[in-house]
Amino acid sequence: MTTLANNPTEVTPVEMITVVIDGFEVTVPKGTLIIRAAEKLGIQIPRFCDHPLLDPVGACRQCLVDVEINGRAFPKPQASCTIPVEPNMIVKTQLTSPVADKAQKGVMELLLGNHPLDCPVCDKGGECPLQNQAMSNGNAESRLTGYKRTFEKPINISSQVLLDRERCVLCARCTRFSTQIASDPFITLNHRGALQQVGIYENDPFNSYFSGNTIQICPVGALTGASYRFRARPFDLVSTPSACEHCASGCDMRTDVRRGKTLRRLAGDDAAVNEEWNCDKGRWAFKYVTSTDRLTQPLIRNAEGELVEASWPEALAAAAAGLKGKRAAVLTGGRVTTEDAYGYSKFARIALKTNDIDFRARVSGKEEGDFLAAKVAGNFDVHYSNIDSADHVLLVAFEPEEESPIVFLRINKNFKKRGLKVTSVATKGSIAVDKLKADFIKVAPGAEAAAVAGVALTAKSVILLGERASESAGLISAAVALAEKTGAKLAWIPRRAGERGALEAGALPALLPGGRPVADSAARVDIAAAWGVDSLPDTPGRTTHQIIEALGNNELDAVVVGGVDAHDLLNGRKVLDSLQKSFVVSLEIATSSITEVADVVLPVAAVTEKSGSFLNWEGRSRAFDAAVAESLNRSDLRILSALADAMGESIMLGTVSATAREISQLGKWDGARVQFTPVAPGSAVAATGDQAILTSWRRLLDMGTMQRGEDNLAGTRRQTVAVISEKRANGINVSTGDQIRLSNANGSITLPALVEDIHDDAVWIPRNSFGSQALTSLNAVHGELVTVVKA
Amino acid sequence: MSNSIEPKKSGAAKDINDVSFVEVEQPGPASLGKQSLGFWVTFKTMFKKNLSVQYPDVKAPTEARFHGRHQLNRHPDGLEKCIGCELCAWACPADAIYVEGGDNTPGNQVSPGERHGAVYQINYLRCIFCGLCVEACPTRALTMTNEYELADNSREKLIFEKEDLLAPLRAGMVMPPHPMYPDMDENNYYRGEVKAADPSQGPIFDGLGAGESK
Repeated sequence: MTTLANNPTEVTPVEMITVVIDGFEVTVPKGTLIIRAAEKLGIQIPRFCDHPLLDPVGACRQCLVDVEINGRAFPKPQASCTIPVEPNMIVKTQLTSPVADKAQKGVMELLLGNHPLDCPVCDKGGECPLQNQAMSNGNAESRLTGYKRTFEKPINISSQVLLDRERCVLCARCTRFSTQIASDPFITLNHRGALQQVGIYENDPFNSYFSGNTIQICPVGALTGASYRFRARPFDLVSTPSACEHCASGCDMRTDVRRGKTLRRLAGDDAAVNEEWNCDKGRWAFKYVTSTDRLTQPLIRNAEGELVEASWPEALAAAAAGLKGKRAAVLTGGRVTTEDAYGYSKFARIALKTNDIDFRARVSGKEEGDFLAAKVAGNFDVHYSNIDSADHVLLVAFEPEEESPIVFLRINKNFKKRGLKVTSVATKGSIAVDKLKADFIKVAPGAEAAAVAGVALTAKSVILLGERASESAGLISAAVALAEKTGAKLAWIPRRAGERGALEAGALPALLPGGRPVADSAARVDIAAAWGVDSLPDTPGRTTHQIIEALGNNELDAVVVGGVDAHDLLNGRKVLDSLQKSFVVSLEIATSSITEVADVVLPVAAVTEKSGSFLNWEGRSRAFDAAVAESLNRSDLRILSALADAMGESIMLGTVSATAREISQLGKWDGARVQFTPVAPGSAVAATGDQAILTSWRRLLDMGTMQRGEDNLAGTRRQTVAVISEKRANGINVSTGDQIRLSNANGSITLPALVEDIHDDAVWIPRNSFGSQALTSLNAVHGELVTVVKA
Repeated sequence: MSNSIEPKKSGAAKDINDVSFVEVEQPGPASLGKQSLGFWVTFKTMFKKNLSVQYPDVKAPTEARFHGRHQLNRHPDGLEKCIGCELCAWACPADAIYVEGGDNTPGNQVSPGERHGAVYQINYLRCIFCGLCVEACPTRALTMTNEYELADNSREKLIFEKEDLLAPLRAGMVMPPHPMYPDMDENNYYRGEVKAADPSQGPIFDGLGAGESK
């Protein structure tokens, strides 16, 4: 799975250079900076502004070393973070050169000249590079006495990032990150000389989706997070490597817990996935775990129809009695871990003897189901590294910054470094499209398929297909056809973290674990033998929408629901009515629309409280341990296993590690795969007069249930607007900022208008933002007609 | 062949009765002179000053620097000195101190500056009274009193909360939370430039238990 194995033709020999540092020879590729070559030898040169993923700037001057090339020495010490190695170079660091040592100590003294001695109240205290390096490479005494520079403190540069300017050492890491990595140049260095300081523009707060990274890379305590401010010290925290549960990017994370409570999460360092970055949602949206609506006790609906607390044995017995021998289905949302999804999959097949299981708790269709079974399951061909080597990236129904931010960062990196060509087939332009200077192929909602077919790609191109592709008929087929015609790589990027894992675990009506088709008798025998059962159900299962329908007209009696919200589905009201009629067992972390109508509610562990793994869009697995080890909550599969035992149909999944082992032993299917039947491309409906075709997608920061309880994060949400084209705006006589009303037979939404680059026939609204919940208000998300008038 | 290692045997096993009995000479009664020499220590002590104290009826004062119960001090205007920095907890070799910091907000100014100790606990079952916490404290908020009567009958009672540790409000102080002294900031407080409370900060405590509320 390495880059080399994928692209054998791309390997070009790199010129190596040998230099001498502190008397030791080291051979490094040409272009390596001295500071990096020294690291290779284990020689630590102190630094503040240097960061391996940011362009060198030489701002802090802390890394001064003596350099000599071909016997000619530089007259003064040089910044080792800006000078690449040269042949015949001799470097003397602070370890061997008294001059370099004295220079570094002098720089440190100057940096500390204006730095306040407020370490006891500073959040960085205890993990501060300035504190540490002042001890290791600084003078004990300062000659600079007198008053230090002070500023009003702290200032909110956004609702979640606070800036204490007097602590800043002007290393420009934050400003370089924002311009070079996130392409959100909202912070900059203001003024010059002694008055220089980091600041924001007068009217633009630092509303970047990646702003938290600036806090993590700040080498002093100048940037701090509002939600962690004064909460703890590094030595209080127990850190656990973990995986992000918010999207399918698959970030490596670190969760810091103090006495059973998660206090902060930081981006981990995985060069193949998130490098050292993550998005603000992954960093700050963890308060839902400790929110007041968490379930702690099993609940049973009593004879009066009220949910009352019950003991575990009672609740399991009640659930088992309601499910045993009944026609039951399983709905598992895209949020559960791979092991949990496998638990649901095995539970459905063994305990409920059905293939009625679907993980897609969103708008989905048959075309997508076929595509996932035929092309995605068991296919681990496309990786982040393919974006690095691509000549062209085509985004189809995929808004990377909102739906998979780390994919955006990777595309952006390649765009910045080597001008990667990006094309986006979408109904509306976006900030990300602007940042990537992408070719924006503007289409009417519903007519995307025809536009995709015409894009010119090569075998080195990558097509990134978002989960919203299922909302436009024939779009997935068009993308598959394009990939087959040109040889381009095709990757499916779902939004939720657990969807890919659930797919591989067989939580789909047509699939068994490991991408084995239900219709293939050999595959069924394979799994039945592994599970120790005589046979597996062979009738094809129902999809999410079919399950809801069957529950409504009494073709099914009962359903097990895990981590699904009715309002993520079309016809949320009808979904709840159908569930009301049936016996519902809900496995949930907190009260939701489903637990309201459930007959038995079983509380489960949130991600930080359990171990497990997530598969990201590449199919890369990231396992994690429980960060809050003292939690009494158990993961879904432990509870499903107990429930299956209570039903007398054991699924024998006692622990997460045993389940992971079972999944790896099953391996992936090597037999014949499901054939994908293409669907004819759809077209846009005709919009006349006030009518417009609705299109929408979710924003990164919106009303998602896993963002509850974090008001600082909510403060940097993008503005909720309805986007219309200039022609339409003129037609109904509105301009940006005026209120417009979208309505259909189901309801209406009134929002401020934003005139932007969008198809004339279309109107865009955020799908689940405050004041704009397309599914509950309009019961429509894409491709349907709404009336747009001035409010 | 056995897998276990057998103890090495040398000759025939010996019985306890096989060991010969050796008679040892017993000391007889000491001479009268030697005996009275033994009582000399007792006799000599009878004329020394009695050091026993009839505790708890009589309580002897400790040395001035005796390490007793901790105290969280106040600035002269009543604001708490503790800033919740946790350096005491960091310094503690017995892990007896638990601190959580908190924000000082305009309506809830507990200590000068931005930060105060929101939770402060010392577990006296763990504390070894070494005083390293006092040395670590950057604001002289934490000191030790001479109080040594710390025994109690449950573990919970021996975890002292912030209310138990805070120095009493003295006459002339204002009960926090209240704003900082007018035109002064935390640096003035640390330099000792705030000498007393200002009436604008709130009702000044008269030392009798009733605030100057009129």
